[in-house]
Amino acid sequence: MHYTFNIERGNFTDAGQASSSVKRTLKQLGVDPANIKRTVVALFEAEINAVAHAYGGTIDVDIDGEKIVMVVADQGPGIPNLDLAMQEGWSTASAKVREMGYGAGMGLPNIKKNTDDLKIDTEVGVGTTVTMTVYLI
Amino acid sequence: MKVKEIARLVDGEIVGAPVDETYEVKKAFASDLMSDVLRFHMDDTVLITGLCNNQTMRTSEMADLRVVLIGRDKQPDEDMLELAEDADITIIKSKYSIFKLSGILYAAGLEPLY
Repeated sequence: MHYTFNIERGNFTDAGQASSSVKRTLKQLGVDPANIKRTVVALFEAEINAVAHAYGGTIDVDIDGEKIVMVVADQGPGIPNLDLAMQEGWSTASAKVREMGYGAGMGLPNIKKNTDDLKIDTEVGVGTTVTMTVYLI
Repeated sequence: MKVKEIARLVDGEIVGAPVDETYEVKKAFASDLMSDVLRFHMDDTVLITGLCNNQTMRTSEMADLRVVLIGRDKQPDEDMLELAEDADITIIKSKYSIFKLSGILYAAGLEPLY
C-alpha cells in the first residue's frame, strides 16, 4: 500500500495529520501496537521537523507485510551540519516552534531510536530526504 | 485511579472524548515540552500540561495517551476538542497550577513516570 501526503511550511494547525492517518491505517491492518507506536512517533517527529524547518515537502509511506518505509522529502533549506543535528539538545527551532512545545533538539535522535533503518540525505540549498524503515517481522 | 476521580481531585471539568469508566490511570507525567512526551512510553499515564493547542492533542495521540490534564485555566478551542474526540482522548481542564496538580495527584497515589 502506498500513501502520499503534502507538508506545508509552518502550518501547525494541520501538522500531524499524515501521522494520524498512518496510525489509523496501521491499526486497521492489525499491526502490533508496539510497532505502530514507534512508526508513528518517528513519522510524527519527521513531519513536525519538516513543518518547522522546511519550505514544504511530501511524505510517502509504503506498507507491506514485512516493513513500513516512510520517506519525508523537503525542498530546503537543508541541514548544514548533520552530525550536530543528530545530537540530543541541538536545535535551530524558532520561537514559534518552541511555543508549540517542540524544538528541544530531540527529533532526529528520537527518530533514530524508533526506527530500524534511518537514512538522511541533505544538501544546503536543495533539501533533505529522511528515509525511515520499521521492520514488522 | 479512575479518570473521574482525577477530575474530582483537581476540581476539573471533563471535555473531549467521553470517559472510559474502566480505564485505570497509574502514572503521571508533567511537561509543557511535547518533544519530551514523545520520548517515553506513556502506558496508563495522564499527561499534566499547561500547553493547550492542537499539537498537545496530536502529540498525545502519537504517544497513545488517553487522558490529558490541562492546568492554569487554559481553555481548549473547538479544533482541539475535535482532535481529542477523534483520537479518543479525554481532557480534564483545571484552574490549578501544574505544581499544584502534580502535588495533588502524587499525594493521592499516582506514580511518577520515572
